[in-house]
Amino acid sequence: MSENLAFGLTLTIVGMGGTMLSLWLLSLLTTALKKLFPVEPKKSTGAEK
Amino acid sequence: MLWPSILAGLESFYAGLFNFTWQHWVMFAIGCLLMYLGIAKGFEPLLLVPIGFGAILTNIPFSGVMEEHGFLRVLLEGGILTELFPLLIFVGIGALTDLGPLLENPRIFLFGAAGQFGIFLTLLLALALGFTKLEALSIGIIGACDGPTAIFVTTNYAPQLLGSISVAAYSYMSLVPLIQPPIMRALTTQREKQIMMPTVKHSVSKTTKLVFPIAVTAFTAIIAPLGASLMGMFMFGNLMRESGVMDRLAKASSNELANIVTLLLGLTIGATMQAEQFLRLQTLGIFALGFVAISLDTVMGVLFGKLMCFLTGGKVNPLIGAAGISALPMAARVVQSEGLRYNKKNHLLMHAMGANTGGQLGSIMAAAIMLSIVNALGIQ
Repeated sequence: MSENLAFGLTLTIVGMGGTMLSLWLLSLLTTALKKLFPVEPKKSTGAEK
Repeated sequence: MLWPSILAGLESFYAGLFNFTWQHWVMFAIGCLLMYLGIAKGFEPLLLVPIGFGAILTNIPFSGVMEEHGFLRVLLEGGILTELFPLLIFVGIGALTDLGPLLENPRIFLFGAAGQFGIFLTLLLALALGFTKLEALSIGIIGACDGPTAIFVTTNYAPQLLGSISVAAYSYMSLVPLIQPPIMRALTTQREKQIMMPTVKHSVSKTTKLVFPIAVTAFTAIIAPLGASLMGMFMFGNLMRESGVMDRLAKASSNELANIVTLLLGLTIGATMQAEQFLRLQTLGIFALGFVAISLDTVMGVLFGKLMCFLTGGKVNPLIGAAGISALPMAARVVQSEGLRYNKKNHLLMHAMGANTGGQLGSIMAAAIMLSIVNALGIQ
């Protein structure tokens, strides 16, 4: 296997895999942040009572 | 005694004219073409016009703009080779970008990864065509569909290709509405094109929007530290936007700062298009590979969309996969118009904006990972 091909394949496999993995981890991080800091329910006003 | 010195002085008037070569005239024509595309056709005018003008300036013999202490040389060394301009532009982009649609549906992050696959596949093609490793890497990054990222990477690894790669990146970004639709139509079925997606709920708190930029910067610094500056500047801009207390700075970053840097960046990129470096066969190769890169991004994005459609039992419209690139908001608009073309009630814009901002983050992450891998392999 030529050196260039080995370099290209390494970068392609690790790069594609790394990008996918890191964005998947970012999606997990976002989900965790949303659970940690949920939207506060709107307080009901006196008029609604 | 007087006449010889007068004649010598007169030489300065025609020295430039007689030193013009056909290559200079070709570069003049290319500069004019870029300005025409920007002004008459509206293709990325904010960049193509300064680039075109810079290309003309730099190809005037004896203009001195790229000599030592020439003003464009100073801008090149101070703003581009130091990576300052791309980073400042990222502050502006971050301040402009609403990450809300992405945060609403974190699954959409994955589209931003699939939309970067063209980078790596194009890199393989560039290597097969005989480009060196670092040149191939820089050409592949055109597939990030993100000018500042392309400039950032190319400056690091193949500064001699900066002019051609930057022009290719910005030109193809402006051509996204022409390049993507035929690919999207060819790869999806009629039924898939018509899939409607539920409206986005407002489920993201202000605290999440504030913590997210800081958390992502820290995450990038751990995973791929070489990309921390790119991601950090983007996220700093976004933090200013979301904080709600830095409106003046956020607006200045997304308007005045971004505009000034774009102007200087465009002129300087144009100045790197010197005839002897630009007029080579490899420039044509770079433009061809750039087209392939953006097409492959779209192909991979839509194919990933089809996979998500299958895995979710038909709840995801594969068209939004095409928005997983960094051309914000152009790619999202393309998805919206394609969705409406096949179903008049199908508004995919918010989902596509989510994928598009995911693509923005994905392109930075892909560049950061590439830089880290190359650094780890010790390739110079």
